[in-house]
Amino acid sequence: MSTPAKKTPPETDPGEPLAGERAELAKTWRKRSGSLGLLFSVDHKTIGKRYIITAFVFFLVAGVEAAAMRLQLARPEGRFLNPDVYAQVFTMHGTTMMFFFAVPVMLGMGLYLVPLMVGTRNVPFPRLNAVGYWFYLMGGVLLYGTFVMNRGPDAGWFAYVPLSGNAYSAGHGMDAWVQIINFTEVSALIVAGSLIVTVFKQRAPGMSLNRIPLFAWAILVTMIMIVFAMPAVIFAAGSLNSDRSLGTHFFNPAEGGDALLWQHAFWFFGHPEVYIIFLPALGMISAIISASTRRQIFGYTAMVLALVATAFLGFGLWVHHMFATGLPQMGEAFFTAASMMIAIPTGVQIFCWIATLWGSRPRWDPPFLFVLGFFFTFLIGGLTGVMLASVPVDLQLHDTFFVVAHFHYVLIGGAVFPLFGGIYHWFPKIMGRMLGRTLGIWNFALLFVGFNLTFFPMHELGFHGMPRRVYTYSPDRGWNGLNLAASIGAAVMAVAVALFLINVVQSLRRGRRAGDNPWDAESLEWATSSPPPVYNFVRIPVVSSRSPLWEPGGLGAVTGMPTDKRLLLVTHPLDAEPSHREEVPGPSVNPFLISLTMGLGLIGSIFWLWWAVIGAVASIPLAYLWYVTEEDP
Amino acid sequence: MRRIAPPLALATYAALSSACSYVALDNASPEAAAITKLHWWMFWVLGAVGFLVMAAVAAALSRRFARPADDRQRMRAVAVATGVSVLLLLVLLVASVVTGREVATPAGPDALDIEITGHQWWWEIRYPTAVPRDAVVTANEIHVPVGRAARLRLGSNDVIHSLWIPNVDGKRDLIPGRTNWLTFRPRRIGTFAGRCAEFCGYQHAKMGLLLVVQTPADFALWLAQQRQPSAEPAEASLEHGRDVFLAGPCSACHTIRGTPAFGHKAPDLTHLASRATIAAATLPNTTGHLAGWVVDPQRIKPGNRMPPNVLPSGDLLDLVAYLRSLR
Repeated sequence: MSTPAKKTPPETDPGEPLAGERAELAKTWRKRSGSLGLLFSVDHKTIGKRYIITAFVFFLVAGVEAAAMRLQLARPEGRFLNPDVYAQVFTMHGTTMMFFFAVPVMLGMGLYLVPLMVGTRNVPFPRLNAVGYWFYLMGGVLLYGTFVMNRGPDAGWFAYVPLSGNAYSAGHGMDAWVQIINFTEVSALIVAGSLIVTVFKQRAPGMSLNRIPLFAWAILVTMIMIVFAMPAVIFAAGSLNSDRSLGTHFFNPAEGGDALLWQHAFWFFGHPEVYIIFLPALGMISAIISASTRRQIFGYTAMVLALVATAFLGFGLWVHHMFATGLPQMGEAFFTAASMMIAIPTGVQIFCWIATLWGSRPRWDPPFLFVLGFFFTFLIGGLTGVMLASVPVDLQLHDTFFVVAHFHYVLIGGAVFPLFGGIYHWFPKIMGRMLGRTLGIWNFALLFVGFNLTFFPMHELGFHGMPRRVYTYSPDRGWNGLNLAASIGAAVMAVAVALFLINVVQSLRRGRRAGDNPWDAESLEWATSSPPPVYNFVRIPVVSSRSPLWEPGGLGAVTGMPTDKRLLLVTHPLDAEPSHREEVPGPSVNPFLISLTMGLGLIGSIFWLWWAVIGAVASIPLAYLWYVTEEDP
Repeated sequence: MRRIAPPLALATYAALSSACSYVALDNASPEAAAITKLHWWMFWVLGAVGFLVMAAVAAALSRRFARPADDRQRMRAVAVATGVSVLLLLVLLVASVVTGREVATPAGPDALDIEITGHQWWWEIRYPTAVPRDAVVTANEIHVPVGRAARLRLGSNDVIHSLWIPNVDGKRDLIPGRTNWLTFRPRRIGTFAGRCAEFCGYQHAKMGLLLVVQTPADFALWLAQQRQPSAEPAEASLEHGRDVFLAGPCSACHTIRGTPAFGHKAPDLTHLASRATIAAATLPNTTGHLAGWVVDPQRIKPGNRMPPNVLPSGDLLDLVAYLRSLR
């Protein structure tokens, strides 16, 4: 089965001689046409784009929820939301931002970019990959279905038992919440499997481990974290589901269960979740800094080791969410130490970026501005995180607005700023047109000012004892002015996001054509056209350094790969020596159908348990059909 | 009793209306003072670190400062910065653990034991005695003598709550099926606001309480007074008020010791009038607020467990007068 892939000298004439290959590749890798064809898509770029766009829709919705909360809290004794609706709104905001925006948007960026960056044609299990997206979408529809009927979950995105149990949250809102966990985690695990194999087995010849772009490294480490973190929350949600609908007692102390068990299982997932969101963002920062300065990132090995160290340490500090639960002192000291130590690998990366920037005269385009915004905001979030790692200080600040400020500085500063920077950076690749520079600068400036105006005062509110998750506060506490400032800041942020949307629409209509490599960047995704053809590269590139596009000799290419089948070139995990070629399946409606039957079974089981069985049984013939059509082109 | 009430009411308003700020201003126990010290110490150290890193970013981008550096120099700079970070974090870690031990010193044998049970959305407070019948039960107001360690035994019968009285100590969760302890040594007389810090349902926002630190003599007086059964109505209108209370739905949930009312779902009202607030430190305990609360508690704390009460105005006035007489 193995095909020796020959390295050729750099192409001197990339024009006409490839026209035949180009045409045949386009025919072999063609998508299913027509509107129904949308249900057949298995291309990693299409599915990645869907993740990104869907996640942005959820980002806007959760942003509206945040605005509603800020409207309610702008004045003391506000009457805009009653306590019931407020509880639903803050639960939906957290759930949406974490499960339906932050993680999926990073999955989407990874799915779109990583196969391009490592120089392959598609992910290894394209049809499974499609299932992941459909599950994600159905989870979101389910969540908002309950919310629109004013029966949304209202026990917080952390869903602490017993409040989230049957006795205190009767009704289907929490049932749905538990079920959407399953949907999003299945989708995350599928993407994790796809991208881990992509990075380990499908890298372009020559891209040994020490030549993988830092963004792809970040995604690889993140996906491995997903594999270890998600089972904990699937266990937690499954147990809560069975407590709620089958009458088991995992979390019921009266029957030998334990209310704290939930917190351990949830945060064993929940803390790594933060790094699952944050590590891809660090990869984006590296890509943007490298392109803006036209330098390689300083300290590549240190950067990679820092990512890996963060992932390891990230699993050892979940208890810092639980310092107030009354754990033994020795244990608390351990988790304090772990929580503080995780600042070190992050610090190493920041120092390496500064070393990269040193005297570099970067290009001051919007992506780079967002990087600077990241430095400022994430730094503050990281430092307040060190304060919260200290048990005595945390016992005062825990569950106050100081914590709200802290994690928004970490998540918006550490993930949303880099994400916006990443969108400005890769939008030309994905859509073929540049985003506007002036609007981009305004977008950044307003987001930066609005963000700090919203969240900086919250540190002070926490110092003054304002607790989280309150629907109102009394006027005599001295919290009025800071809350009003935060609400005004939220409005400024809304304007910034609106400018971004306007920029996108304008660019799609009449944006400047991007060309293959508008930033003169180093990695392989810039070696193909913008937007890339469905088969990504006419010829699989051959890599001879960490910055293949900056090699004076140009980029090598693999020849001799048949173009009449959907073939991937499989390489060795360490040094990316070509090993064999692997055929992958093409468009199919089966992933959609099987997601539908399984998803409806899960959703139906909220109302009647047997729907789970019906869904499973209905999926069997579809699974068989999938199996027998696997070989179809 | 009269000796305590007026200053208490004043102090209450002071506590409720001043910002309940824990940092630097108003530490009422060595525990809180130790935490505040650590807090500001970390704050300034980390603030300096943040300033230096941002200065480094600015310098890197400045044409004047950023002289060309080769890889060796840059590697040395990164290594030094990392080493300094490790050292600083170790120092902070040691400081944190030392402060943690300071805050968690055992209470000693003469500590005052108080049992606190969290409910949606109020606090049950119990001073246990050797004879269980003599135990003092009250709600939403903890009294402690100054200078003596108080050891709070924390539990919950419904969902997870968290007790937080910033002026004396950090917070501690009240978890069903578990027992937690919170110990502090109040060193200053005064009234301090506390509250629930863990989201516990719709009225989490309005689940407050007061901590009243008194002289030992005042505290002994208060405790003895709370141990008494309720005051007998002295007038016919008060007696009518008691009859309204006993005949209506009130007694299904509330206890007034010395009367047949012994419900346990809601706060003990035996000495309601001695308390400075009602509805878990949501409103001052005045006749007007109490009447408003009895008639329509759902307007003040939507979603709370107390139903509205439609009463003829005469009945309402007598009922409130009776409740106000329960000193």
